[in-house]
Amino acid sequence: MNGADAILRSLEAEGVEVVFGLPGGAILPLYDAFARGTTVRHVLARHEQGAGHMAEGYARASGRVGVAIATSGPGATNLVTPIADAWMDSTPIVCITGQVRSNLIGTDAFQECDITGITIPIVKHSWLVQDVQELPHVIKAAFHVARTGRCGPVLVDVPRDVQEAELDFSYPDAVSLPGWKPPRRGHARQIAAAARAIEAAKRPILYVGGGVANAHATDELRTLAETARLPVVTTLMAKSAFPESHELHAGWPGMHGPKWSNFALNKADIIIAAGARFDDRVTGKVSAFAPGATVVHLDIDAAEISKIRHADIPVVGPLKPVLAELERELQADAGRTEAWLRQIAEWREAFPLRYRREGDMLKPQRVLEALQELTAGRDDIVWTTGVGQHQMWAMQYLLCDRPRTFISSGGLGTMGYGIPAAIGAKAARPDATVVCVDGDGCFQMTGQELATSVLEELPIIVVIVNNGHLGMVRQWQDMFFEERFSQVRLTHTLPDYAQLARAYGALGFTVGSEDELEGALAEALASGRTAVVDARVDPREHCFPMIPSGAAALDLVEFADTVEAVTA
Amino acid sequence: MKHTLSVLVENKPGVLMRITSLFARRGFNIDSLAVGPTERHDVSRITLRVDCETKPLEQIEKQMHKLVNVLRVSELGPGESIERELVLLKVAAPPSARAELIALGEVFNARIADLGPDAIVFELIGTPEDVDSFEELIRPHGLQELVRTGRIGLGRASRPSSQRTRQHVLA
Repeated sequence: MNGADAILRSLEAEGVEVVFGLPGGAILPLYDAFARGTTVRHVLARHEQGAGHMAEGYARASGRVGVAIATSGPGATNLVTPIADAWMDSTPIVCITGQVRSNLIGTDAFQECDITGITIPIVKHSWLVQDVQELPHVIKAAFHVARTGRCGPVLVDVPRDVQEAELDFSYPDAVSLPGWKPPRRGHARQIAAAARAIEAAKRPILYVGGGVANAHATDELRTLAETARLPVVTTLMAKSAFPESHELHAGWPGMHGPKWSNFALNKADIIIAAGARFDDRVTGKVSAFAPGATVVHLDIDAAEISKIRHADIPVVGPLKPVLAELERELQADAGRTEAWLRQIAEWREAFPLRYRREGDMLKPQRVLEALQELTAGRDDIVWTTGVGQHQMWAMQYLLCDRPRTFISSGGLGTMGYGIPAAIGAKAARPDATVVCVDGDGCFQMTGQELATSVLEELPIIVVIVNNGHLGMVRQWQDMFFEERFSQVRLTHTLPDYAQLARAYGALGFTVGSEDELEGALAEALASGRTAVVDARVDPREHCFPMIPSGAAALDLVEFADTVEAVTA
Repeated sequence: MKHTLSVLVENKPGVLMRITSLFARRGFNIDSLAVGPTERHDVSRITLRVDCETKPLEQIEKQMHKLVNVLRVSELGPGESIERELVLLKVAAPPSARAELIALGEVFNARIADLGPDAIVFELIGTPEDVDSFEELIRPHGLQELVRTGRIGLGRASRPSSQRTRQHVLA
């Protein structure tokens, strides 16, 4: 067989069910191999960026490695944004790109580009395959590296002549990567030290990041929290990793997190960080972050230890066994955190989320509240989002109780992530109802993938929180640039999103009031088809509370505070 | 503070670029860098000289350790390792100055690699500090061109266990 067939046989051997891609010249032999037959489903995206985010959405919804395929040159560069996104959010994906023929590399050939060079800062590893005999070993290694240690993206660049060259195929049983040795278990003495510190604490809190989901350790997390009666805050990347309606869930910390959640994290006397990386959106001003807290940091990546915040007790290792061992090691009196839990409950009572309810226009927060009400109790909903105000409102108002049901771009903050990620999630979870909460700005970055959704029969529901603006930028201009609005107005009405949806063969709804909203959402949710609900909302609404960039987490700005007080 | 790092890497295409890209991306300056083969044909050694505090140094070591082609990262502590550098210097040497220059070279055990009618090329192997001193002494005589290899180093044979290898004790 040739190299292209060998790629497909390797993907089959890895148990890959579905890949996302778009063909082109340098990857033609691989697509010819698809035409010859494979058990791998190929989903044809409309843009390689879409294919990459679909692979990410698939990976995040399934817990498996996502695969994206593109041609050389522009096809490969269009994958750069999803690769960077997967790098920042530790999402395991394998990207396979075509490359010009080996004898043309370095000659500025048509559609040539050094994609392994371009992506070096944003991949765990990459390979330019120069010998067809290496191909099965490289694919095996690519999957291994993507999903072991801290998860992340890898890239395999395959020149066209290597795809066409003949080989005797056999898929290797093991990888040979002498330099790749992720930790296999946590240090017992460090875990014991962590347990002693937690037992001695009066105000402990679990600060949970996306690493817990990547480690398939959500059950261990829950057991630990329940046994030791520890409150849990989950970051954006960890939303759904711990049940949000659980009595021990203390919301989510950070720039737009509820005040009570930021209080709980910042006033703790010990922070047990699990698969979290003290991102600036969580900590605010680092020197003022949780000043009285001892830090226990559990992470598979040694480089995250003390990168931002000094870890008093670091434990480097895979979180599944580490969390389980920590739970076994703890000999805490279960009642000792009750006063602290009551304190958090009092803060929760005292500082609810609020927004302005007057005026004729539909409020964006109301859209999210309605979505939550309409889906409460359903166990088949998977959410994705774009990036911006709507994303933060989704964080605030949606409650996720099952792992891998909230998929959003965290570290890179990639506008346009939501629609393709939803399609990937639907491919991973055909049984689920996948809802993308999007912004009007985000929609216009990747909206063409509605064609993929309809034609590939991967129906998703897109709810556009349409405020006619690049809303988060508008909010910053309003609050920090003295209301000088600059290049943020998109208009509510152009394009007409419902008509655009219909042009793609999807259902389209336009709503401007609460009554219309609930009817349209209910109809879309029940339709089983790809649907777009264009909810035209009040552009003046800001997302509150907010920790201004660079401010201390406890100095957050609430809804009632005036804008003048902020800019002063 | 200056630190010398010794990095063993797989001898694969692009390894050096992955390491230098990491330094650039995380905002670290490399003072000098030397790459060459080792006792194993499939392994190369990179000796890096960097100027940074201890905490960022630990961070860059850990980040390097995550690269798939990196086998080992060690810091060569001062006094615990042998460090050497090779320099070639071309200095103006009219007949009137020649004798003095040659005498100067002898003090440092520098070899005369080439001698022309108007210039001498010196070759000196020594500690980077020796090389610095020789360079300073030659400079006033009309230093025309200079190239240094950058330092290379190995842990001392007399105290093999004292080579400070940060094994990421946490792992």
